[in-house]
Amino acid sequence: MKSPGMKTLGILLLCAAAVPLVLPGPFYLSIATQVLVYGLFAVSVNLIAGYCGMVSLGHAAFLGIAGYAFALLTTSTGWPLWAAIPAAVALSVAAGALFGLVALRTSGLSFLMITLALGQIVWGIAFRYVDLTNGENGISMPRFQGLLASGTGLYYLCLAVTAGCLALVTILAGSPLGASMQGVRDQPRRMSTLGYDVWRIRYAAYVLSAGIAGIAGVLYMLLFRFISPHTLSLTVSSEAVLMVIAGGLGTTFGPVVGAALVVLLKNVASAYTDRWPTLLGLIFLFIIVVVPEGLLPGARRLMRTFGSRLATRRGPTPIPASPIKEARP
Amino acid sequence: MTALRIDDLHKSFGGLHVIQGVNFTVEPGERRLLLGPNGAGKTTLFNLIAGDLRPTAGQIRLADEDVSDLPTFRRAARGIGRTFQILTLFARESVIGNVIMALLGGRPQRWKPYGAVAKDPVLRREALEVLARVRLDTLADRPVSETSYGEKRRLEIAMALAQAPRILLLDEPLAGLSKEERGTVSALLAELPRNLTILMIEHDMDVALAFAEKIALLHYGRLIVDGTREEVIADPRTREAYLAQ
Repeated sequence: MKSPGMKTLGILLLCAAAVPLVLPGPFYLSIATQVLVYGLFAVSVNLIAGYCGMVSLGHAAFLGIAGYAFALLTTSTGWPLWAAIPAAVALSVAAGALFGLVALRTSGLSFLMITLALGQIVWGIAFRYVDLTNGENGISMPRFQGLLASGTGLYYLCLAVTAGCLALVTILAGSPLGASMQGVRDQPRRMSTLGYDVWRIRYAAYVLSAGIAGIAGVLYMLLFRFISPHTLSLTVSSEAVLMVIAGGLGTTFGPVVGAALVVLLKNVASAYTDRWPTLLGLIFLFIIVVVPEGLLPGARRLMRTFGSRLATRRGPTPIPASPIKEARP
Repeated sequence: MTALRIDDLHKSFGGLHVIQGVNFTVEPGERRLLLGPNGAGKTTLFNLIAGDLRPTAGQIRLADEDVSDLPTFRRAARGIGRTFQILTLFARESVIGNVIMALLGGRPQRWKPYGAVAKDPVLRREALEVLARVRLDTLADRPVSETSYGEKRRLEIAMALAQAPRILLLDEPLAGLSKEERGTVSALLAELPRNLTILMIEHDMDVALAFAEKIALLHYGRLIVDGTREEVIADPRTREAYLAQ
């Protein structure tokens, strides 16, 4: 029910807007754009896992469905972008609405397994339905025109969309519906006793989350202009969950921080060592041991502890020596 | 019109028959105590009435409406409020945050996806009124994790009251409380409005007997004695059920 800071979002937005001015080249700008795209995907996973308490291992399906739909609609059927984008997102929402009916019959570990299974089914279709999806070879899109052709333009577009979605999720988190989601996460039984329809609240969160993942899917296509079954794989789904857990489950900015961590390691560290997954593993180990609540809340806690330690070390202000004593030689 | 009517209710878990043909009625405004040794089926009966469990057979009527097939949240909307024997609070929230969740549960506003709950002046004011009824208004903004057990028990009651129920199910509202806190809570219970129908499970006989006008005694899932306080106390089966343990 706490309303996390819109002010913080504004400040971060300003910093993010300055990023293309500071970065040395298009390679780094592309990485920054990737952070935003995967960040938005992580935000969608956080909505369901962090705010509603249901960890999904099949969210890449929604990213992929929107991605494939967008690619096919623009290349095969020749739809203009302005029509293909909402259609692709709508398809993700529809898939979420359908999957939700199946997955939400369960919760907890069973929910995890069902979402995993649903995700694998979609992956299987992308892999096997070669006539539609071109199978393993995937689908490439031609270069875009105008704003989308430049890396900077694309970066700002992704920034605007990700920040907009983040703002909406932040507003939602503080709203009655958001409070209900968090209530369902913490005490589902009490919630139904209080008159809340727990199933519908979970369903709303799930479908909304699928929609945001769909938006991330469109951004993904705008950035990479290529999609293959790998985009829908378990690896992508689980990476998103890792991003959310690393950044801070149920926090506003945690997912984006987690996404930044994974994307940077993948792209930057891999330039120096082939063993970057080992490095990623070590970092996750560090997070679980030192800041199990995630990087953001963990850093906040460590800073508080550090601050109060400093205060106690300084101790109470010393009593000045008595002037009488001082007067003596 | 009866407030609550239970007809030939059965509940089995596999081969275990926990409730075996229970019949009873509760009149509006009545204070009814549900007694019985451990494992008699008291909490199961509460779960059946509240909707957390579905009966194997039989019927539950709330103000002449059959609610046997309604899910818990729909029964809550029809006026069933309850407290839990094991504290069931939103531990990350403040005291007032918990009551606000309870208030919202009964309103269409709960579906609103915008507008900060924490800043809603109407909800806050109403929540403070409810908290004042259980003397917790001074602790409104304290996190639940920093309150005492007795305060948490009172918060349980406040949340049920915030729902403005017609029937209140109190599941051991005094469990685990010190003697002093028991006094506070039983005074609170005595203050509850007379038009509120209350069904209570409680093992503290001093408080429970002072509170109840009518008593139903459950034993192995059967209602063996049902009547006024005096009748049930005088009945030899009451003694037997308790002493036979």
